[in-house]
Amino acid sequence: MTAIETSEVRPPVLAVGPLAWVRKNLFSSWYNVALTLLAIWLSYVLLKPAYQWATTEARWGVIEANLTLFMIGTYPRDQIGRVWLSIFLLAALIGLSWGVWKNAARGFAFIALGAGAAFILIALYFGWDVWDEWLISEAILLISYFIGRFLPRGALMATIAWLLYFPLVFLLIAGTRYIATLPPVPSNLWGGLLLTLLLTVVGNFGALPLGILLALGRRSKLPVIRYFSIGYIELIRGVPLITILFMASIVLALFLPIDVRPDLVIRAMIGFIIFEAAYQAENVRGGLQAIDRGQYEAANALGLSGTQTMVLIILPQALRAVIPALFNSFISLFKDTSLVAIIGLFEVVRISRSILAQSEWLGTHREVFLFAFMIYWLFNLAFTYGSRRMEEALGVGKR
Amino acid sequence: MNIQSFWRDIRFLKILAQVIFILLLVLAAGYLYRNVSTNLARQGLAVGYGFLKNPASFGIGESFISYEPSDTYGRALLVGLVNTLVVSALGIVFTTIVGVLAGVARLSSNWLISRFAAAYVGLIRNTPLLLQLMFWYFAVIIQLPSVRDAIQLPGPIYLTQRGIYLTWAEATSTFSAWRVFLIIALISIPIIWYILRTAQRRASVPLSPWWTLAYIFVPAFIIWLGAILQPEPPLRPFVPELSGLNFKGGVRLTPEFAALLFGLVTYTGAFIAEIVRAGIQAVAKGQVEAARSLGLTSSQTLRLVVFPQALRIMIPPVTSQYLNLAKNSSLAIGIGYPDLFSIAGTTHNQTGAAIEIITIMMLSYLSISLFTSLLMNIYNKRIQLVER
Repeated sequence: MTAIETSEVRPPVLAVGPLAWVRKNLFSSWYNVALTLLAIWLSYVLLKPAYQWATTEARWGVIEANLTLFMIGTYPRDQIGRVWLSIFLLAALIGLSWGVWKNAARGFAFIALGAGAAFILIALYFGWDVWDEWLISEAILLISYFIGRFLPRGALMATIAWLLYFPLVFLLIAGTRYIATLPPVPSNLWGGLLLTLLLTVVGNFGALPLGILLALGRRSKLPVIRYFSIGYIELIRGVPLITILFMASIVLALFLPIDVRPDLVIRAMIGFIIFEAAYQAENVRGGLQAIDRGQYEAANALGLSGTQTMVLIILPQALRAVIPALFNSFISLFKDTSLVAIIGLFEVVRISRSILAQSEWLGTHREVFLFAFMIYWLFNLAFTYGSRRMEEALGVGKR
Repeated sequence: MNIQSFWRDIRFLKILAQVIFILLLVLAAGYLYRNVSTNLARQGLAVGYGFLKNPASFGIGESFISYEPSDTYGRALLVGLVNTLVVSALGIVFTTIVGVLAGVARLSSNWLISRFAAAYVGLIRNTPLLLQLMFWYFAVIIQLPSVRDAIQLPGPIYLTQRGIYLTWAEATSTFSAWRVFLIIALISIPIIWYILRTAQRRASVPLSPWWTLAYIFVPAFIIWLGAILQPEPPLRPFVPELSGLNFKGGVRLTPEFAALLFGLVTYTGAFIAEIVRAGIQAVAKGQVEAARSLGLTSSQTLRLVVFPQALRIMIPPVTSQYLNLAKNSSLAIGIGYPDLFSIAGTTHNQTGAAIEIITIMMLSYLSISLFTSLLMNIYNKRIQLVER
């Protein structure tokens, strides 16, 4: 029997440890070495002047001096308690949802707790007097979490509470003639992040019913309704959002009776609803198309009518399937609300421009814009995290 | 037939529903029409496109077709449309390059490079485009040094607060004679394609990828040959030079145009990067493994197996990003670039013709969208999987 020549293969010298990692991920071949060096050089060239500017030249005082303006615009300062009340209610709802739905709402609850803690620390560090409000919010969140855990029929209660929350906040912020403690605040005083969030929420939730109807219309067997839906969706999706806002702010008034003149914020909201409905219709249509034919047939076999099939069987499944898409459109609408700056509403971007016009802060473009970037970026990051946790908990796309 | 069965006939009900729907639409339209006419009558206005023939009497910062303030509103709107088209077309070309590079970088095995690409995508996608445009314009380009202390990049390219000056080429007297060679070079491209395709069909193995270089080198050789046959070079460099308080020569990009183009390209590029990444990752792993076990090299695997399949997945979402770029160019108004929306806004301010302006605007954007998606759909059809 001939001896088989074997050679002993030694284990690779660098298999684990930080050095191995560096070698594998940064210096695995000659062009990787070149790319790594290029990246290091590039970050040095870009980051060093940026760091120097941020620590020496930049006048960050502009942010501290205008923080309230960034958050609520020119909302009357003596009415600021109403904004805090909305935040407290939100904290209560998040806590309640966390207690009721556990995992699904946990991501958002963690985000809220973390953000609240960060705000407390920041406020204490700079000596601002808002730390106690944030502390109260944290406490409310935790208390309502325990309430939520032991609430009978919790899911139903929490759903109702969420549905009531948005109209309630709108009432709180806008005020009314009929309640003495809530004097009306004209909408031209709303601004900053407050306005951005109001527009986002109204635009999204206002558009959803219309979007569902359009999606159903687009799949309808009646040609007139189908072509109407297709025409609406494609027309709106084919033109830029700003033209729709232009229409809402200027042309819409011409189409209304003479004594009906909604103010600019309401007109902008109508514009967003008109716009967003077309996009959400396409989202919902995606969900409808994902439903198996067998579902329709089974519902028919059980003797459900067409409407019953739609409302009880198809739509719940379809909407569940499009939760990620709806979250995405929430984020993109959040960014798109910046466009109302062009038609003259003082949301975050327009507030930034108006701060730059203050005589003592001339030339602080970079500081102000970077802060505005940070608001959008952090909010989107937090929202993405919360929604991803929710999707995981609900098993969307897995079942 | 009695009435009872009539109401229960599904065919009749369907028609009835549609008739009712149309009636409701007509009623709504009539109601809106009445409101519009009362409102317009009260303001003493009438709907009509006659104003398009009146002199516009406002200046436009930059235009690619000739324009004077004494020209008509129609001409001014055309200037805006051309400005929109130019920035969109250039944007689509550059954003594709940026997006593909960033998408591939995101998948790079080099950790630093992939982190860089991820940071770019994450920062750009999560902040509003309008804010980015304002940042590039007000916080970067406007704050560049003055013309005297311009930053010089190789080229030479000069970065100044008054715009970006690029070196360009200038035609000389022999340019018209040389043009013949340019046309021949263009014609040579389909001929090369035909020759290569015929060769490929005869060969039993795939041709070496080096042959594709013929598309570049043969036309380049013809153009070069044409140039040296002339008594003097047909083109000479047109270099921007400082003379007095300003640069002369070269091509100037205005700060508005540069900021808008840069902003649109980086913004849309981040979205395309994600599409490219997802497209490449979506190609089934078995495809790569099968290709490797057939003995293809890793570059052949990428070029012949992965990329053609990824392209099919990528085309529809990339199309909608192209459309988004064209639509987003309307944010130019935030930084003062005279695009269609901005000029339409000025026209509305001067004439008060709101309904006419919004109709013109929507139809223009809609045609741009439809035309772009038509082109992309044709391309999409060509590369779709043909199942046999």
